[in-house]
Amino acid sequence: MIRLSRHHTERIAFSVIGLAAVATAVPIIVIVGSIFFSGAEAVSWQFLLEMPRDGMRSGGIWPAIIGTVYLVVGTGLISIPLGIASAIYLSEYATDSYWTRMIRLAIVNLAGIPSVVYGLFGLGLFVLFLDLGSSIVAACLTLSIMTIPVIISTAEEALRSVPQSFRVVSVGMGATRWQTIRRVVLPQALPGILTGVILGLNRAAGETAPILFTGAAFFLPKLPNSIFDQTMALPYHLFVISTQVPEMPITIQYGTATVLITFVLTMNILAASVRSWQRRKREW
Amino acid sequence: MTKLVNRKMTFNTKYRQLLEFVVEAIIRISGYSAVVFVGLIFLFLMQESLPTFGEIQARDLWSQRWYPIENYFGVLPLLSGSLIITLGAALIAIPFGLMTAIFIAEIAPLWLREILKPLVEILGGVPSVVLGFLGITVLAPLVREELYLPTGLTAFTGAVLLAGMAIPTIVSVAEDALDAVPKAYRDAALALGATRWQTIWRVTLPAARSGVLTATMLGIGRAIGETMTVMMVTGNAPQMVSGLGSLFISLRTMTATIAAEMGEVANGSLHYHVLFSIGLILFLISLTVNIAASAVLFRARKRTERLLS
Amino acid sequence: MRVTGRRYIIIIFVIGALALSACGAEISRSQNANMVDSVTLTNKGSDTIVNLALAWAEAYHVTYPNISVSVTGGGSGTGIAAMINGTVDIANASRKMKEKEVANAKENGFVPVEYVIARDGIAVIVNPQNPINRLTLQQLSDIFSGKITNWVDVGGENRPIVCLSREVNSGTHVYFLESVVRMGNKNDETFFSPSTLLLPSSEGITSEISHNPNAIGYDGLGYVTDAVKTVAVSPSDDGLYIIPTIKTVIDNTYPISRSLYMYLPEEATGYTKDYIDWIYSEEAQSIVEELGFVPVN
Repeated sequence: MIRLSRHHTERIAFSVIGLAAVATAVPIIVIVGSIFFSGAEAVSWQFLLEMPRDGMRSGGIWPAIIGTVYLVVGTGLISIPLGIASAIYLSEYATDSYWTRMIRLAIVNLAGIPSVVYGLFGLGLFVLFLDLGSSIVAACLTLSIMTIPVIISTAEEALRSVPQSFRVVSVGMGATRWQTIRRVVLPQALPGILTGVILGLNRAAGETAPILFTGAAFFLPKLPNSIFDQTMALPYHLFVISTQVPEMPITIQYGTATVLITFVLTMNILAASVRSWQRRKREW
Repeated sequence: MTKLVNRKMTFNTKYRQLLEFVVEAIIRISGYSAVVFVGLIFLFLMQESLPTFGEIQARDLWSQRWYPIENYFGVLPLLSGSLIITLGAALIAIPFGLMTAIFIAEIAPLWLREILKPLVEILGGVPSVVLGFLGITVLAPLVREELYLPTGLTAFTGAVLLAGMAIPTIVSVAEDALDAVPKAYRDAALALGATRWQTIWRVTLPAARSGVLTATMLGIGRAIGETMTVMMVTGNAPQMVSGLGSLFISLRTMTATIAAEMGEVANGSLHYHVLFSIGLILFLISLTVNIAASAVLFRARKRTERLLS
Repeated sequence: MRVTGRRYIIIIFVIGALALSACGAEISRSQNANMVDSVTLTNKGSDTIVNLALAWAEAYHVTYPNISVSVTGGGSGTGIAAMINGTVDIANASRKMKEKEVANAKENGFVPVEYVIARDGIAVIVNPQNPINRLTLQQLSDIFSGKITNWVDVGGENRPIVCLSREVNSGTHVYFLESVVRMGNKNDETFFSPSTLLLPSSEGITSEISHNPNAIGYDGLGYVTDAVKTVAVSPSDDGLYIIPTIKTVIDNTYPISRSLYMYLPEEATGYTKDYIDWIYSEEAQSIVEELGFVPVN
C-alpha cells in the first residue's frame, strides 16, 4: 500500500472537485445554449406578436406572453405589498419571541411546500370554496402565496442590512418609528427589496403546477377580457405544445422555450445587476 | 394667530397618530401572514382529506395497486416512486452540488468564481417545464439508447433532471455556509503547515457542516416536490419499487399523480379526497424536511453563540 | 438628492408595471372594438377531442368574432366533472357519461344532454421499424395486461414490449380497458399491467412510439402520423384483419371504434345552441374529416 504524500492527495482531491464543478457547469451551458441555438430561428416579431393559428401549429404565442405578464403583474400587486409589510414587521417591529420564531419557521416552510400542493390549495380555497372559478384572480392569489416567502426573506435581509445608527439618528431627531421606516430605512433598503421582488415574481412566471387547476387555459382564441377569465401562460403553453398537440413543429416548441428562458433570465440578470449596483452605491 | 397655529398642529398630530396607528396595525397583521397561510394550507388539506378515512380503510390506502377509476387507492407505489426518484436525484445532486460549492468557495480563482456562481443561479432559474421539455426531446432517447433500456421514460431520467433542479439550491446554501466560516480558522490551519486540501477537509468543512447539512436537506426537499418535470419524463407507471434497480423502470410519483388526475375528479368524490390526502402527505414531508433543516441551523447558531460568549 | 434618485426608481418600476398592464388592456380592447357584446363559452374535457374542439373554436371565432370558445383538455372525466360542478358550459367526452356521473348531475339539479359530435377509431400503433403488421384482439389484451412481454410471442423480433397508455382520466383509456383489455366482458377483472406507461397525452404516446422500436400504444385516429405504423386488428381469430380508416369506422367493421360526445347541463339555448347547431354544419363536419376523425352525417 503506497501512502500518498499530502501534496499528492491535495492534487487528486482538487482535480476531482474541479472536474465535478466542470461536470455541473457544462450541462448548464449546453442546456441554455442548445435552447437558444434551436429556438432562435423560430423567434421573430411575428412569432411574438401573433395569435396561434392552425391548432397552435403555426402563428405566434402572443396570448401566452400576455397571459404570463397578467399573472406576474397580478401576483405582484398582491404579494409585493404584503411581502414588504411582513418583512418590515420582522425587521423593525418583531422582538425575538416565540411567535417571531413561529413566523420564521412558517416562512421557511412556505418556501418549501411543493408547487403542486399550492395548486391543490388554490383549487380548494380560491376556485371552489370562494367560487372564483378557474380564473386569473384565482391563479394570481395562488401564485402570490407561493411568491411571498421569497419576497419576505430577501426584503427582510435588505432591511436588516441598513445600519442601526440610521434609525437611532432619525428617532433622535424626533421622527416617529413609521417616519423613520418610510423616510430612512425603506429608501436605503430599496435595491435589496427590488431584488427579492424580481426573484419572487420570476418564480411565479416560470411555474406551471400551481396554475394547472386554478387558471391556465389550453387555448383561447382571444385575450382575456377580465380577471375572471382563464388565460394562457408561457410555461403551461410549452407543456401543452410539447406533450399534447400532434404534429407540432419542433421549432415552435424550441422557440417557445427560448422566449420563456429569455423572460426568466432577463429578470435574473436584472436582479443580479440591481444587487451589484446596490453594493457599489452603498454609503456605509 | 398663535392659537390657530396650535390648533392646526394638534389636528396634524392627531391625523399623523391615527395614520401611524393604522399603518402599524397593517404591518403587524401582515407580519403574521406567513403563519396564517401555512395554517390555512394545512387546515384545507386536512379538511379535504379527512373524509377519505371515513370511506375506505387505512389498509386499502396502504396497498400496492393504484387504479382510481375502479376504486383501488393504494398509495404505496406512488410513495415509493417519489422516494426512489428523490433518492436517485440526491445521489447525483449531493456529491456534485457539494463539490461545486467547495470549488466555488475555496478553490476556484476569483474570475472563475464570478463565472460559475451566476451560471449555477441560471440553472436555478430555468423553469421546470423547460427541463421537462429537454428531458423528452433529448435526454429520454439518449437514456434508452445508451443504457439499452426498453424505454427512456424512466425514474432515472427523472432523477437526473431533478438533480439539476436540486443542485442550485445545494450549491448556494452550502457556499454561503462555507463563506461564513471565519477566515481566521483557515489562516490558523495553513499557518500550522496544513495543505489547502487538509484545511478544507479538516477545518472548513467541519466548521460549516450544519450549513452543508441544511443545504442537502433543502435540495432534497426541492426534488421531492417537483411536479412537471417528473410528470413529463418518468413514464408514470404505478409500479412498486423493489430496490435501486427500479430506477431504470417507469415509476409514478405523488406529485405527478396529483397533477395528472386532479383536473378529472368531481368535487367531494372519494378520488378527490384521496388526492388531497396525497397532497397532505407531501405537505407533511416538506414540513418535516424544513423543520429539521432549520433546527440544524438553529442548534448550530446556538453553539456558535456559546463559543463566542 | 440621493433619496429623490431612489424614488425615481420606484416611480419607473411602477410606471413600467402599469404600462405593461395598460398595453395589454389596450390590445384586448382594440380587439373588441367592433363588438357589441362579447361572449365566452367554456369548453373542456377529452384530450382526444381537444384539437378538434380547438379547430372548431378557431373557425367559429372567425365567422362570429363576438363569440369566443375557450378550450381546455384534461380528459373526459375532467370535462364531465367540471360540467357537473358548473364550471364549464360544454363538456367534451370520448365516452358516455357513467351512471354515477349522471346521478351526481341530478344531485346538482339538472339532467345533462348528450350530443354525438363525431366518430373515432382507436388505432393501435407501433414503431415503423417493428415488423409486426397485425394483431388479434386477444393478443392485444394479453400484451396490455402483461401476459405477453416480448415481441417474439406475437411473431416479432426478440425485444421487450413497452406498453403505452393514456392516463386513467382519459375516455380513451376507459374505452380501451373495456373493449380491448377486457374484450367487452363486463365481469372481467383484468387490468392494464402495472408496468404500462401512463402518458398525460395522446401526443406523448405518438412521439414516444415514433422514437422507440419496443413500444406499442393506442391513439385516436386523429393523432396517427406518418412517424408511426398502424396495426391491423382482427376481432376474432378468423384471419380477417382490418386497418382503421374512415370507411371501416363508418361501416363498423373496425372493432375498436366509438362515438365522441359533447355534454351540456341542459338543452342548448342561445349562444350555446348556435354553437352546437354550427357543429353539425357541413363546414364544421369537414373540419372533423380534416383532423382524421369521422363525421357524423
